[in-house]
Amino acid sequence: MLLLCLVFLLLGLILGYAAQHLKVQGDPIVEQIDALLPQTQCGQCKYPGCKPYAQAIAQGAADINQCPPGGEQTIEALADLLGIEAKPLNAEFGAVKAPAVAFIVEQDCIGCVKCIPPCPVDAILGASKQMHTVIASECTGCELCIAPCPVDCIIMVPIANKPSLWQWSATHHD
Amino acid sequence: MTKLTHFHGGLKLAPHTLLAPIIDSSLPEELVYPLLQRANNYALLIVKLGERVLKGQMIASANSPFTAPIHAASSGIVKAIEARIIAHPSNLADDCIVITTDGLDEALASSPCFDYQQETPEDLRAKIHHAGIVGLGGAAFPTATKLSTEQDIHTLIINGAECEPYISCDASLILQKAEEIVQGALILQYILQAKHCIIALEENMLQAAQALQKVINTQSIQLISVPAIYPTGGEKQLIQVLTNTKIPAKSLPAESGFICQNIGTTYAVYQAIIQGLPLTERIITVTGKGINQPQNIRTRIGTPIKHLITQSGGYSKDVQRLIIGGSMMGIALSSDEIAVTKASNCILAMTSDKLENKPAEMPCIRCGDCATVCPAELLPQQIYWYGRSEQLDQCQDYQLFSCIECGCCDVVCPSHISLVQQFRATKGAIIIKAKQAEQANLAKTRFQNQQQRRAKEEQEQLAKAEKRKATIEKMKAASLAKKKSL
Repeated sequence: MLLLCLVFLLLGLILGYAAQHLKVQGDPIVEQIDALLPQTQCGQCKYPGCKPYAQAIAQGAADINQCPPGGEQTIEALADLLGIEAKPLNAEFGAVKAPAVAFIVEQDCIGCVKCIPPCPVDAILGASKQMHTVIASECTGCELCIAPCPVDCIIMVPIANKPSLWQWSATHHD
Repeated sequence: MTKLTHFHGGLKLAPHTLLAPIIDSSLPEELVYPLLQRANNYALLIVKLGERVLKGQMIASANSPFTAPIHAASSGIVKAIEARIIAHPSNLADDCIVITTDGLDEALASSPCFDYQQETPEDLRAKIHHAGIVGLGGAAFPTATKLSTEQDIHTLIINGAECEPYISCDASLILQKAEEIVQGALILQYILQAKHCIIALEENMLQAAQALQKVINTQSIQLISVPAIYPTGGEKQLIQVLTNTKIPAKSLPAESGFICQNIGTTYAVYQAIIQGLPLTERIITVTGKGINQPQNIRTRIGTPIKHLITQSGGYSKDVQRLIIGGSMMGIALSSDEIAVTKASNCILAMTSDKLENKPAEMPCIRCGDCATVCPAELLPQQIYWYGRSEQLDQCQDYQLFSCIECGCCDVVCPSHISLVQQFRATKGAIIIKAKQAEQANLAKTRFQNQQQRRAKEEQEQLAKAEKRKATIEKMKAASLAKKKSL
């Protein structure tokens, strides 16, 4: 009897130790969901960034079909991960668009810096009364800079289909 | 005599080779040079619109080890720098330098060198780089970069095993320039300090072998004829045939002490070092049933394909399709306005009877014929299976990226499945996915950095406000105390 008690005590101590020291940092499911999102940080899902949306999905507060930039591909991947049925994109949150990056029409720009804080990835370069420009390779195409511009000098330019970006696809039959 | 081995699989293809003497191409009105080189590497434009350029003048420079300089192939005016359809499987347009030739063919003065052994291998490599030499077998990898390996190279292989039927540009070059090619091989051997040099030819290239045998006068170069089994011309396959050494997947031949160079490249090296000439022309085989007079043409790089076709007697009446590269690995082109590049070894015009014979695709019956012929020792049926169901990780586990797209599996498939097409698509899907993940990661990091920075700024401002508040309170207290004491 005493021996048994000792064994239980020992096991209890081990479990207690494990719970303290092998604790999982953060919520692993949130990280997994976040990894499937396109990271445009555009807020079209009505959450302030991809991570908050991932948290909302994990808590069951948001549905998996609220991410227009991710489109069908992301919805399928999320459905796969969570073991639920995939569904079409909820049109309430926007439609799938061709990939594009923001471009500042320089002759119209007045250098007001209003577009700089909304950019989630610091892709806009500029200072007060100086010309602004978008670093195209960093731009996620979130369109958050468009509304704040008082002179409407920011336009979305579709990413050109160049041979250097082209890849074979299954539909391409010669 | 070395004992030859055989690589796994491969096919014996009917040779369609013609061995005609090389003729010189006439001067085209326009020369077109795309700036895009391998994958997504662009050469750097260094000429201005309207500038007059001379033959051999550099018009674009290299800005990475994966690009090579481009030189004008004749004198003329830079007429435009604009998007044109280029020789690329996408058949999309990209930036090109367009030169209108002036018919004078005025060349830059060249600086010949009489004894290359007086120069260091580094200097010779730099000369090869400045001459814009790339692998002329079709892959167009910059030769100077390939030669700057850190590995100890013991064997240099001059690859004269034409990879595909139809192509005969290397064999005809040997007949005309055997001595220069052997000289080029010696220069390459000197640069690499390689002990052995093998010139490999296919056994049906008898005339070429005789021509070379006559001019080889050193013990260090060995001439070996290999069986004509497609794709013997592949680097790894050729090394295995010649030396019975298997180069592991994902490893370069240089890591095992081998370097392969194509016959055309070797001749270009001779021209660059001994004659001081940059690479501005190459031999192109213009052939196929759709061409009236198939022939090998010494062509200025940048010449529109149409010009070469006209020089070969034009199309026959039932021509159906234009292919650049060989019948096995070439790419279909949408127009003959496209210009030839350094990588173009063959222009093939196919007639209708070649195309309509391909029966409809049937389901895979998992017979395994494709695995038997695969020279990369893959399991094409498995990769096809996983690729179709978009199980990309599995495809990579089955070494999809070791596939050299030789097309042997397509030829033997009893269900006539376009396997290589599927493999290219799967590779494309994997590359796009990796690119998207990279972009997403970049955006995530930048977003997190911004959030951290903003949080820090906010805290700093809060701390400042509190400090100010504290100072004000202190001052208030002090003045209060002063009042009281009064």
